[in-house]
Amino acid sequence: MATNPMHQFEVYRIGPEIKLGAIDISFTNASLFMVISSLAILLIFNLGSKKNSLLPNKVQLLAELSYSFVSKMISDTAGSKAKPYFAFIFSLFMFVLFCNMFGMIPYAFTVTSHIIVTFILASFIFIGVTIIGFMKHGLGYLKLFVPSGVPAVLLPLIVVIEIISYLSRPVSLSVRLFANMMAGHTMMKVFGGFVISLGIVGGWLPLSFSVALTGLEILVAFLQAYVFAILTCIYLNDALNLHH
Amino acid sequence: MEAFAAESGGMPQLNPEFWVSQIFWLIITFGILYVVLSKLILPKISANLETRKSQILENIEAAEKKREESEQKIEEYEKVVHDSKNEAKNYFKQAREKVLKDIGVKKEALDKEIDEEVNKAEIEIKTFRDNAPEKIKKIAEETSSDLLQQLIGAEVNSSSISAIVEDLSRKKMDEYYGN
Repeated sequence: MATNPMHQFEVYRIGPEIKLGAIDISFTNASLFMVISSLAILLIFNLGSKKNSLLPNKVQLLAELSYSFVSKMISDTAGSKAKPYFAFIFSLFMFVLFCNMFGMIPYAFTVTSHIIVTFILASFIFIGVTIIGFMKHGLGYLKLFVPSGVPAVLLPLIVVIEIISYLSRPVSLSVRLFANMMAGHTMMKVFGGFVISLGIVGGWLPLSFSVALTGLEILVAFLQAYVFAILTCIYLNDALNLHH
Repeated sequence: MEAFAAESGGMPQLNPEFWVSQIFWLIITFGILYVVLSKLILPKISANLETRKSQILENIEAAEKKREESEQKIEEYEKVVHDSKNEAKNYFKQAREKVLKDIGVKKEALDKEIDEEVNKAEIEIKTFRDNAPEKIKKIAEETSSDLLQQLIGAEVNSSSISAIVEDLSRKKMDEYYGN
């Protein structure tokens, strides 16, 4: 069981079974790492915003650089109208980033390697963005599916493609993150297994691979959080500034 | 579903056993995270950044002001240096003129004095020169009469002697004075 590379993704109950009516909402290892990630974010950013010195200390600098980074990302992709959604995108980016990063600790559980988690996040974004779009532009938001400058003959086809691509947004958004995290962690586990099975003689090659992969996975962890956040910004941009 | 979880090789992600639990805890943790960040922490960071920005701007402004002030000071200082240089030049020029004037006056006075002295000396010389023939004549007359007296032992008429001396001295005088 321990050598199975998929074993690391298994969810198990921690503590007693909690039931809300007929629904099982037990505290699991996934829940534990969601709580750990959220608490870590809150701890760091609370420390980083506590006192305001002209020359920031390390934690304050970290918090302020993250703030400016996300702020710049939003204003670059979605413009100034996206400012009210800053807190949400910031929370989203940090949550995904911290869940990804905590997953890099050996024996830790990667929350974002579960399709259900990423899909719920992506669906929430999709529904939210669609509501914002209709609230801002009314039925005019449907113009998003009718690109300008397309010959009338092609229009029905284009509209269908546009609608399908729009509806597939939550799927692509969630699967991208989930698949990246799962594939990376599986690969690391597989190479780790090779190190053990090849032993002291031949284990060095997969070990060096593992080391390199760890670096790559940390990069991927950051990159996927960034991609998740920036795609949210792009969807938000479609909803706020309708110019397709 | 229990069988699916136990099955090795399948993806645990597709086991819906804990899906609801994960959704529930995701909503709880992310919800709390979002509320605390948006209501408490992010506004504080934003305010911190704003105050820092304004403080830095203020400092830059103050520095700019100080720079302008110092530039003005430098200008003033240069003006003072320039003025004092001019003043010093003027002083020197005046002193020089004064000294030159003094020298001129003194030189003039000295020239005058020298002229006077020269004139006096010339007059004296002239009187001497004018008086010289008389005296010479007198001496010549006396010596000639003395000489004659000793030679011939007789009193000689002084008027005839003086006539001879006069005649001789006139001749000699022409030789000496060229007139």
